[in-house]
Amino acid sequence: MSGTFVGMPAFPEAAREAVGNSTLRANLRHATHTIRDKRARAVAELADWQQLREAGKQIKNHTLRHLDRYLVQLEESVVRAGGTVHWAADADEANRIVADLVKATGEREVVKVKSMATQEIGLNEALVAEGISAYETDLAELIVQLGHDRPSHILVPAIHRNRGEIRDIFREEMGSWGRPAPDGLTDSPAELAEAARLHLREKFLRAKVGVSGANFMVAETGTLVVFESEGNGRMCLTLPETLISVVGIEKVIPTWRDLEVFLQTLPRSSTAERMNPYTSMWTGTTDGDGPSVFHLVLLDNGRTDTLADEVGRQALRCIRCSACLNVCPVYERAGGHAYGSVYPGPIGAILSPQLRGTASEIDASLPYASSLCGACYEVCPVAIDIPEVLVHLRERVADRGGKGHRLEKAAMKAASWAMDRPAVLAAAERAATRTRRLHPKKVPGTGAWTAGRELPELPEKSFRDWWKGEGR
Amino acid sequence: MAGPVRSARGTGGSSRDRILARVRTAVADAREAPEVTRAYLTSHTPDDPAAVLDLLHENLAEYRALVHRTDAEGLPALLARLLAEHGSSTVLVPPGLPPEWLGEAGPERVQDRSESTAAELDTVDSVVTGCALAIAETGTIVLDGGPDQGRRRITLVPDHHVCVVRAPDQVVASVPQAMARLDPTRPLTWISGPSATSDIELDRVEGVHGPRTLEVVLVIG
Amino acid sequence: MRVALFVTCVNDAVYPATAVATVTLLERLGVEVDFPPGQTCCGQAQFNTGYRRETEPLVRRMGAVFEGYDHVVTPSGSCAAMVRENYPRIARKAAAEGRGTELGGIAGSLVPRVYELSEFLVDVLGVTDVGAYFPHTVTYHPSCHGLRTLGLGERPRRLLEAVKGLELRELPGAEECCGFGGTFALKNPAVSAAMGTDKADSALTTGAEVLCGADSSCLMHLGGILRRRGDPLRPLHLAEILASTEAEPHP
Repeated sequence: MSGTFVGMPAFPEAAREAVGNSTLRANLRHATHTIRDKRARAVAELADWQQLREAGKQIKNHTLRHLDRYLVQLEESVVRAGGTVHWAADADEANRIVADLVKATGEREVVKVKSMATQEIGLNEALVAEGISAYETDLAELIVQLGHDRPSHILVPAIHRNRGEIRDIFREEMGSWGRPAPDGLTDSPAELAEAARLHLREKFLRAKVGVSGANFMVAETGTLVVFESEGNGRMCLTLPETLISVVGIEKVIPTWRDLEVFLQTLPRSSTAERMNPYTSMWTGTTDGDGPSVFHLVLLDNGRTDTLADEVGRQALRCIRCSACLNVCPVYERAGGHAYGSVYPGPIGAILSPQLRGTASEIDASLPYASSLCGACYEVCPVAIDIPEVLVHLRERVADRGGKGHRLEKAAMKAASWAMDRPAVLAAAERAATRTRRLHPKKVPGTGAWTAGRELPELPEKSFRDWWKGEGR
Repeated sequence: MAGPVRSARGTGGSSRDRILARVRTAVADAREAPEVTRAYLTSHTPDDPAAVLDLLHENLAEYRALVHRTDAEGLPALLARLLAEHGSSTVLVPPGLPPEWLGEAGPERVQDRSESTAAELDTVDSVVTGCALAIAETGTIVLDGGPDQGRRRITLVPDHHVCVVRAPDQVVASVPQAMARLDPTRPLTWISGPSATSDIELDRVEGVHGPRTLEVVLVIG
Repeated sequence: MRVALFVTCVNDAVYPATAVATVTLLERLGVEVDFPPGQTCCGQAQFNTGYRRETEPLVRRMGAVFEGYDHVVTPSGSCAAMVRENYPRIARKAAAEGRGTELGGIAGSLVPRVYELSEFLVDVLGVTDVGAYFPHTVTYHPSCHGLRTLGLGERPRRLLEAVKGLELRELPGAEECCGFGGTFALKNPAVSAAMGTDKADSALTTGAEVLCGADSSCLMHLGGILRRRGDPLRPLHLAEILASTEAEPHP
């Protein structure tokens, strides 16, 4: 499997393949059901969950409404605290900025904290092209990187892999990246984690440059925040001399106090814990403690396009907790790769087509990758109405009249025309019921339905005819 | 309906100016967002120091931290015992750790000097620190790099961290109470149990890169 | 009390028995039911597939047809949700596009009067025991729009629990979507069928004779899967169970 999402087939085809893969189905079912039940318990502990959710939503809405003001304030705060701020309009620019900063240090390798933003811009590949090795240090990202794979989940990028597959990847690949896997490595999660600890430790201890994203940036203070579990984040944020953080512009929040909301909602929504093991907060640089050089790269890359859409902009409230993936029945069966983006699942289905546009086949198919069941909206800690945005984006795709949509539009127009004429509808119903005994098993155009289901049997007469016949 | 116009990335002006201009254009017609209503609670716990301490103890333990209670008088003996039981022959000591905490005996003290390398710290067995505060509802200890805590790296590289919490002064019930007391200009590390991962089949494993053993000593009074 | 039955296009054309049962049930409870024949369809399929403008004539028709009725009752959670949640959105967007406030007026008038059947029974009529008799084991699948958009909560189950002779069996993973999802069933047939198959399997584990739901389209999807496999489980709409009595048992 290649490490990129370029040239992905549309969602339905990729999903059909995943549905047929029983190992993947079992891995995903086990994982998503485990975490979704745990999340429900963690959230139920807080009597004020809905108030926290509302506050989170409002903080983000307020920030987005005045994003220019808060970005400028953030920049001032970070600079005042000893950091340098860069602005990147798109992926290429962000990659160039980071590569130049790394090269200026004279180093040829960086250690990385798990970061969705750097995945989104393809930073690792861009650094490799510049002769710089980028080592992922999050266990799941390491599994993905060693396996020449792609992430399939926001929180647990290797959710599609089971312990046996992970053991095989470690055995085969670790040696070519550094310290090889211990002899006789089994598939016990504790042993696999230990193998990762040993493999990465040498990299942490010698690293001079760390690269991260951030979960939040506080405009008022210039503080950046990273939530993590393993300690690899602390390693990358503390031990190197130079730290470069690449963060989407929507991650800013106005005040220090605002963090108290997300410190409560993010861990419970994401890892289903009261609090994740480690959270690091840093404000510029600190004399004698941690990196002496700090660069912040603020990334647009389609975010201002998303911000311009009245309905779609709410997707920018996302705090990347992945609760929506874990409750999504479509994600559970299609798997993360089918979404053709580093943002899979329901949030990916509304984020990718907005960040990237809907020109490609995969992006045009994403808004339809949902049954609109609403489970995602229910668990979202910032109350993003994902179904609303999905339908809104479908409108945009249908309007473009791309592949298949011209016919569909004609059919929808015809249906609306008939539905606006009860006599036409009644005649159509009668025609259908009169010939119901003659219907072939396969009615033309119903293949998508009958592949997995029987068609319903038509009644002898419609309800409206029954009502008329009752002489009412 | 037309979607937002996908801008050509022009070359005029700096990216900073272009991004800010694009933000302003994007929200030009947006309705004013209301002020944030903070209807959430500032605490979920009764205002009773004993109950708050019990909750801290319970939540720390649930996330696999080893929790101990003692008083100021019993602290040195307890710390000595914990280091001995861990088999530590060296212990990292932050510059401002109260000298009475670690008696004369016990493992060799190692100072964290600015020229010490991470690899050198990696050979030390344990580290003993104080903390800025602890949060009961989440089972969290917060370090802010104060004199009794030292640089961030010393609580990260050694495999055994013993953290002393002074109760009730340093214990708060909730996250909002903690935020009000913390200084954002300092580097902060929030610790809730030993490092862990759920990356393999979402099966939680304790002990990855951070200290695999976290011991918390609650000093009462 | 003037009550109009909003039958929905699927019930009208494919499941008239559900609509007849709704009329029977409401009349038994003393409600005077009218069926305005100008009604056709709420436009849910068009709207949810991205054809908002094509939905607007149907919104106007719904508004005109149900003008003057105190209550509009429909045996469909998703159609009730379409009116309640999406008509105001359609109206807002039309206004924003400079096409006036007409749709807003229609939505404002319709939304508070449209009720899903179990809501109408419990909230408006104030009954949970409708005097039904149905001597079978039943498991209930709460469809997504009823469960999450309308917040029907325990209403359907309370109605079922009061039915004489009926034994209600807990459906594992009840809140999970069955995979119908309107045009989703055609656009993503593999995932849709996988979801439906899992739902059918979990319904079978209950050992119930009847799979009850309050949305005919979900029952059409699940029924199609059950029949394809020859499973011994009969899909049945809530209205048909509630209409069944000792004097006139369900066929």
